[in-house]
Order: sequence, then structure tokens, then C-alpha cells
Amino acid sequence: MLGLGAYEISVITAMGVAVIFALSLNLITGFCGQISLGHAAFYGIGAYTSALLTKAGLPIGVGLLGAVILAGLVGIIVGFASLRVRHDFLAITTMGVGFLFVGITRQLDFVGGEMGVSGIPDSGLSKAGFMLFVLLFVALTILFSLHLKRSWMGYSFDAIASDEDTARVIGLDVSRYKLAAFAMGTALAGLAGALYAHNVRFIDPESFGFVESITVLAMVVIGGIGSVPGVIFAAALLSILPLWIQFFDEYKLLLYGGLLFAMMRFSPGGMAGLARRIFPSKTRGVKS
Amino acid sequence: MLYVELLAQGLVQGSIYALVAVGLTLVYGLLRILHVAHAGLFTLGGYVGVLVTNATGSLLLALLVAMVTVGIVGMAIYRLCYQPILDKPPYVALIASIGLFIAMEEVYRLVFGPYGISFENPPLQDVVQMFGVTLRLGEVATAAGTLLLVGALAVFSGKTRFGTAWRATVTDPDMAESFGIDIIKVRYLNFFIGSAFAASAGVMVALLNNMVEPTMGSVPSYKALAIIVLGGLGDVRGTLLAALALGVIEAFGTIYLGKFLDRDAIAFAFLILVLMVRPQGLFGRA
Repeated sequence: MLGLGAYEISVITAMGVAVIFALSLNLITGFCGQISLGHAAFYGIGAYTSALLTKAGLPIGVGLLGAVILAGLVGIIVGFASLRVRHDFLAITTMGVGFLFVGITRQLDFVGGEMGVSGIPDSGLSKAGFMLFVLLFVALTILFSLHLKRSWMGYSFDAIASDEDTARVIGLDVSRYKLAAFAMGTALAGLAGALYAHNVRFIDPESFGFVESITVLAMVVIGGIGSVPGVIFAAALLSILPLWIQFFDEYKLLLYGGLLFAMMRFSPGGMAGLARRIFPSKTRGVKS
Repeated sequence: MLYVELLAQGLVQGSIYALVAVGLTLVYGLLRILHVAHAGLFTLGGYVGVLVTNATGSLLLALLVAMVTVGIVGMAIYRLCYQPILDKPPYVALIASIGLFIAMEEVYRLVFGPYGISFENPPLQDVVQMFGVTLRLGEVATAAGTLLLVGALAVFSGKTRFGTAWRATVTDPDMAESFGIDIIKVRYLNFFIGSAFAASAGVMVALLNNMVEPTMGSVPSYKALAIIVLGGLGDVRGTLLAALALGVIEAFGTIYLGKFLDRDAIAFAFLILVLMVRPQGLFGRA
């Protein structure tokens, strides 16, 4: 279909999932400025929820919905933590949430323990059909992100990200906006996780560990924190780079680490910041 | 007897956490950077320790060489990686540091091989009886070494002129500078000491496991972060106590909670619990 082989289809599907996942973190870290080092936990919650629901015989729609709701609920709880602790403390707390998720799923037998969940039902669509299904969600997520950025809520997020105390002084309900960011971001991560589960059809705790959290953070940071096109580009690029060139696999992590470091060291605005520096837009001013 | 045994094991593990976390908390106290790559220096310390011991046969010499070389590498990391981005928002340095750490692990893997290296003649493997528990000499040496190093640090920072300048800079860099303290020198010193401590921990872990692997820094990297947060970020005394406490809690926790949570999860469950009650950490000031 569409002249794509099975390989291209699976690559595009994986790319789509990565884009949704990265945009979900971008909502929290990029838009609202709340750093999260444990975002893979919500991806995992979504994956496990949908996998277990559909394995119990429920349709995939219910699985996806359950994934979104449960991930979002846990996200709100973690969001409450973000009201209590800030900045570096929050980074470590969210990292802790990530480890807690892996630690618990590893020990719980009814979610498969170390062995994970295998034989997850597929979507019932063809491979190409599922790819289009994922791409539909990608499109919706992008539209949602762009809309949010230009909405009143997006501007409030922006204010909180740049200076929380000032935002509070001018009368923004900082707590409510932070919770909203966490709820939306984690729910979307749940969606991405569910799509991932139905795509690869096997999940285990290790698929949602610290490395995964860092990888998605890398996508957001390398793309440019808060920039929707930048994050989409970086997520797509970083998810296919290792597949593209087999040689990279051995050096995949070195590449990630090096890129992450170099980006922060030389261009903290990521690719988006780099692009803005190279092609300064006249209408928006040179310095954004 | 099980309790004493667990306590002893917890304290040995805790001393290693303490040596790693002290450097981390020093860096945080001075520069407000979560220096994840610190764990990479810990690993480097282990490698240097094993390589020098194998070459010369002297563990003590290896420990010294590891501490000095890694201390210098630590200063270089400050100069090349952190100094240029100090004025950026805190997450910039944090993410740069994570990137650096991942890259360091990969470099170790590519240079020293993925399977790790060990001592040709592992030193200090004899077993001793102390307080009714059986300990390996290496474990005793670890605890004693930690006590010695931390004691030396306390004397240095409390009794010498340079130590006073150091503490003054941590408390208020601007004020310290206006009193004529060279704060750049203090930062270098800070990184040197912190990294040297991490290196000593690396050598001790190498000794206890008789093994150095590229990934041996992964666990300390995030666990040490949890510890310095528990200790109140930047508070050395709090960090030491938190490190020992966590070592002991993990030792008991794996026995009694192992069914529900693994070792790492216990540490973080404890961390989250504490932070929700005391957002400034166990020993931090509000």
C-alpha cells in the first residue's frame, strides 16, 4: 500500500509514536517549564494499561482510552508533587517516579513481572492501516500542541516557565496550570505508550526505564525546548537514525549523549534555536 | 545476628554512597548544578585504580593516582563543560551533564571493552570477624577509608584558611569575592576534591566487586542524586547522614520489601515520601 514496504511501514509507525511521545513531554517541559526525568513511566503506564485491557478481551478503543485516563490520573498525582517541589528537586522526584514504576512492574506478577507482557493483541487493522491510525493521532497531537501554544493557557504556561513567582504575582493560578500541563502531557504519553504496545506487541519493564526517559528528553532538548516543529523533527530524526545506519547501533548512545551535551553546551535552544540564529525571522525579531 | 549483619552491610554500602554523594553535593552547593557526570568520574576512578594496581601491585598507590588523575579530569570538566553555561537555566547544565555521562560510559565501553576488567591479584580479600559479624577486609577498608577521607575533609574545611575561604564561597559567593577570595580557584578546588572522592569510591567498589564495568556508574549516578536531595542539596553533613541512612534502609528494605519493590525503587520510594513531607530534604533548612 502507498508503495511502502513492510519495513518502511514499521519505521514510520515507530517514528509516529516517538513524535507523540516527545510532544507530550514538550507540553510539560517545553511549554510549562517543568522538568521531568521520568516521563517513560507514563509511556509505560499507557502501554501496560492498553496491553492488559485488550488482552482481557476488550476492544482496542477501550484500551487506548484506559491508557490515556490512567496515565493522566497518575500524571495529576505527580503534578501535585510539582506543586510541592521545584526545579532540581522536581527533576529528581520525577526521576524517582520513573524508577518506582520500573521497580513495581518488575515485582508485580499480574503485570508479568520481569517477563513483561507478550502476545498483545494487534489493532485488527493491517500494518499500513495501523500506520495511518498512528499518523492520525500524530496529526491530532501536533494540531493540539500548536493550538495550545497560541491559546490563553499556552501563554500562561509560558509565563510560568519563564518566571513562576512573577506569574503568581500577576494573578495566574500557577498550581492549576501546572496540574493541567502534567495531566495533558502524561495522558498523551499514555496514548503514545498504548500505540507502542500494540505496534511491537511485547512490553517489559526495561522498555520504560531511565534510558527511555532520557531519550525522550533528548528529543525535546535537541529539537528545541518548547518548539513544536523542532521537537517533531528531532523525534523523527532520533528515532530513525539508529535504524537507518546500522553502524550507529554500536554508537547509538554515544551519539545521543554527545548530541545532548553538545546541544546544551553550544546551543541551549536546540535545533530550533540554531535555526533561528541562522535564519533570523524579520517579523518576529532576531532574538526570540 | 541478621540485624547486625544487615546494619554492617548497609553501612559499608552507605559509605560508598557517601563518598560519591559528597562530591556531588559540593558541586551543587557551589554552582547549583546537578552534576550527573560525577558518576562517570567514579567509574573512571575504578578503572584507574584497577589498571594501576595491576601494573604496580600497590593498591594504595593506585588509590592516590586515581584520586589525583580523576580530580584533574573533574577540574577539566568544570572548565570545559560547565563554566560556559553557568548563566543558563539550571536544566541546561543538568541535561548537558546527563549527555556527558552517557557519552563517558560509552567511551569506557569502547576503550576498555564491554565486559569490564578486574584485579589480577585481588587485594584485601581476607575475612575478619568483627562485632560478631563476618566482614571481608575490603569492606572494613572501605568503611575506614571513608571515615578517614571525610575526617580529612572536615579538618581541611574547618581548620585551614583555604577551607574557610571555601565555606565562605559556598555560603555567599558575591560576598566572598568582595572579601578578596578568588572564587574561580575555589571552584577548581571544589571540583578537584569532589572528583577525587568519587574516584576513591570507584576504587573501593572495584575492590569489593573485583570488577570495573563501563556501566558501574549508572546506579550511583541517580542514587547519589537521590541522596543529596535527601540531605538537603548542598549540605555536606546532611548528605553523609542521608547516604548512610539510605545504605541501611536498602539493606533492610531488600529483605522485608523485596517482594514489592526492588532495591532502586525502595530508595526512590523513600525519597519521594520524604520530599512530600519535607520538600527541602531530610536535613535541609527550609
